[in-house]
Amino acid sequence: MKETPLSNCERRFLLRAIEEKKRLDGRQTYDYRNIKISFGTDYGCCIVELGKTRVLGQVSCELVSPKLNRATEGILFFNLELSQMAAPAFEPGRQSDLLVKLNRLLERCLRNSKCIDTESLCVVAGEKVWQIRVDLHLLNHDGNIIDAASIAAIVALCHFRRPDVSVQGDEVTLYTPEERDPVPLSIHHMPICVSFAFFQQGTYLLVDPNEREERVMDGLLVIAMNKHREICTIQSSGGIMLLKDQVLRCSKIAGVKVLEITELIQKALENDRKVRKEGGKYGFAESIASQRITAFKMEKAPIDTSDVEEKAEEIIAEAEPPLEVVSNPVLWTPGTAQIGEGVENSWGDLEDSEKEEEDEDGTDEAIILDSIKMDIGVEVSNIGSQDAPIVLSD
Amino acid sequence: MAGLELLSDQGYRVDGRRAGELRRIQARMGVFAQADGSAYIEQGNTKALAVVYGPHEIRGSRARALPDRALVNCQYSSATFSTGERKRRPHGDRKSCEMGLQLRQTFEAAILTQLHPRSQIDIYVQVLQADGGTYAACVNAATLAVLDAGVPMRDFVCACSAGFVDSTALADLSHVEEAAGGPQLALALLPASGQIALLEMDARLHEDHLESVLEAAARAARDVHTLLDRVVRQHVREASVLLGD
Repeated sequence: MKETPLSNCERRFLLRAIEEKKRLDGRQTYDYRNIKISFGTDYGCCIVELGKTRVLGQVSCELVSPKLNRATEGILFFNLELSQMAAPAFEPGRQSDLLVKLNRLLERCLRNSKCIDTESLCVVAGEKVWQIRVDLHLLNHDGNIIDAASIAAIVALCHFRRPDVSVQGDEVTLYTPEERDPVPLSIHHMPICVSFAFFQQGTYLLVDPNEREERVMDGLLVIAMNKHREICTIQSSGGIMLLKDQVLRCSKIAGVKVLEITELIQKALENDRKVRKEGGKYGFAESIASQRITAFKMEKAPIDTSDVEEKAEEIIAEAEPPLEVVSNPVLWTPGTAQIGEGVENSWGDLEDSEKEEEDEDGTDEAIILDSIKMDIGVEVSNIGSQDAPIVLSD
Repeated sequence: MAGLELLSDQGYRVDGRRAGELRRIQARMGVFAQADGSAYIEQGNTKALAVVYGPHEIRGSRARALPDRALVNCQYSSATFSTGERKRRPHGDRKSCEMGLQLRQTFEAAILTQLHPRSQIDIYVQVLQADGGTYAACVNAATLAVLDAGVPMRDFVCACSAGFVDSTALADLSHVEEAAGGPQLALALLPASGQIALLEMDARLHEDHLESVLEAAARAARDVHTLLDRVVRQHVREASVLLGD
């Protein structure tokens, strides 16, 4: 299905709101939406919700032979898929540009920054290494896919446990999870992407744009950092012209945001570890509250209603009561009558209505002359005689 | 290659350059007679060829035509013999698609597309030898080709790569320096206004060093601009001599 185009008035409304530093969901310019991380029953499976954008991440591993030019390193493979349930515009053939961009950005962010120690994935040099595969699926698109996907990828990798392997001489033994506890991957650092949306040729910028804001933005700048303030990737896209100090400012903001998000991730991982150790129930079913029928919930926005009554009374007091319409039937010629001239138009300015009142006497005469041709008001046919009162017939 | 010093104590790099020095750039415009615009550039050992067709009518579906601007279509291809090992897939793989998208983004910002509504401008870039800084060479070649085709642009688009080794920012990385795994930044700049058309960075770089690397890349891009400007003026002089002015 083709994407519904954004109407011009909605576009103008969004841009005007952004100029006044207001966002539709009430956030500040540098605020992130609520991030919620939940884990599945298997190790390496997680769902990340950034506001309403939802990404599912799953990590799996396999023993394969290594690449020829890197015989002692494991293989990392990332794949992000835009599921058709995420947005009506996503169809099997139609997504290529966006998909390529997102996939390449994720690859560069996670692979080139060496967040995973690939040397530790080697089992037998030149023959057997672990291939770690990270599959990400976008379940709902409400803007800022790249941030949610990067969080999901790194959380899934931190959560994942691979089977234990021991090498004795030439013998390689692969233990099942029952025989020996699976081993976590060795992760050096956690790179997290932060997106900045630019509007009006770079004058205004917003962090974490939602889907509407993404439609009206000029371009996007993605900065991936870790909590040690090392920049892992920078990517500007969309044809915006940036200035050097804008980039530096964004990197400072990104540093702050990444710290907050990393703390959240650590807390979520810690919680899950505790629950599993204590033998409690874990998994996706536990993270959905049972009182709700659907998994989506509209958050209540706090609105100050304390002075609504006073304001309403003020408005009523200042407004003038509507003019009473007096039915005054006028008889022009036998067989036709006219009741009223329509209600007075209250849209015009005060000046105009004053003018109208002055001219009203003059216009009455004009009406008498043209009564047969003009069609103002209601024309009623006279059923009875002329002397009898005029009766409106249905 | 472990133990390879990218920056020696005296401040020399692997190929004998200083930290902020560019490789030798040689460029020529108008290499193909039948294309609207073409250019060939050599940055050190990196050789890139760019060809521009347009502005012409939209090929394929008319529905893609934009009512107020021209459509810019970029395709990137690197020859199978361009790298040390023979490449199996010259087109259609993710990296080539991404490069094409990035080139398109860069040139959509620089070309005055409002002057040619409902038409299409094609830019094809081919890398013949990749020795580091391929994105930069592609952008520089494409700029010259677009100028050769006479398509109006806001300004030159000059690109350069930069890296960071031993607390020093290096400009114009070669393949050896890129493969060493340090941070690499690719920057495309409009020199007159200093606006950045595209910024791309890989691998870990501490935030404090970002400014020096950006500065080094911007300076190198301005140096590239001086060279490209000279090439364009030379070409125009030759062309006007042939026309008998």
